[in-house]
Amino acid sequence: MFIAAAIALFISMMLVLARLYAGPTLYDRVLAVNSFGTLTVLFIAILGFLNGRPDFLDIAILYALINFVGTIAILKFFRYRSLGDISQMPPDEGDTL
Amino acid sequence: MIETFINITLFAMQVLTALFIVRSKRLFSVVMLSGVFSLLTALFFVALDAVDVAFTEAAVGAGISTVLMLGTIALTARTQKKTAPTGYLPYLVVAVTGAALVYGTLDMPSFGDPMAPAHQHVAPEYLARSVTDIDVPNVVTAILASYRGYDTLGETAVVFTAGIGVLMLLSGLRRRRDEDDVKIVKNKAAKAKDRA
Repeated sequence: MFIAAAIALFISMMLVLARLYAGPTLYDRVLAVNSFGTLTVLFIAILGFLNGRPDFLDIAILYALINFVGTIAILKFFRYRSLGDISQMPPDEGDTL
Repeated sequence: MIETFINITLFAMQVLTALFIVRSKRLFSVVMLSGVFSLLTALFFVALDAVDVAFTEAAVGAGISTVLMLGTIALTARTQKKTAPTGYLPYLVVAVTGAALVYGTLDMPSFGDPMAPAHQHVAPEYLARSVTDIDVPNVVTAILASYRGYDTLGETAVVFTAGIGVLMLLSGLRRRRDEDDVKIVKNKAAKAKDRA
């Protein structure tokens, strides 16, 4: 059961990787990285159940947090071209990268 | 059996990602792919039961360094410059180095062998004592955060200092460029006035 889930996760990871490599626009790639992070979280959870130690779930939740913050950081970077002091930045520069 | 399958698949996906990184000419895609590579490495560490190392890898590799690389791209260029074809010498060097490394691993004890010298030195002591000494269920965590606590603290200080340095460098660069932009705009305005 968990083995089937792990194999399904591997297949979807391959699909996401292909989209990340081929994806024509920037948003395809950002979304692909975000989905890959989600798949990582799911895989850590599956790994915990496969080894008979579901306490890996806490770690999986931490990865979900990192994934969320990372995606926000990337998107904020594209919008403002800066991470910290956005008050100095013109807001309409972000679409050029 | 299933562990071997998972390890082999993770390694295969890492190799695939590395090939994509080499093949890709768009630097943005390379940055995203290196983030994925780091996530795969973290997964591999989790599969090896070293969750702290995996977490560091995910936070630094997939989080911080992706953002730093993006900052670099914003300050430099978005696509790779075309380079002259280099011939077969680099492939030869890579192949010979890889073959030497594989030859070097032939002497090593097999993966997970409990009789390996590395597992006979102090590891049994840690395995026996860490539960009563520190009361942390994961031995790797106990070693990393308690037995080598000062070492980890020093590492954290080094990484923190490096992060501060990079952030200061990046913000300084940006401010200078903004000042240049302001100068350019002022020059243009002055020229327009002269013409008028």
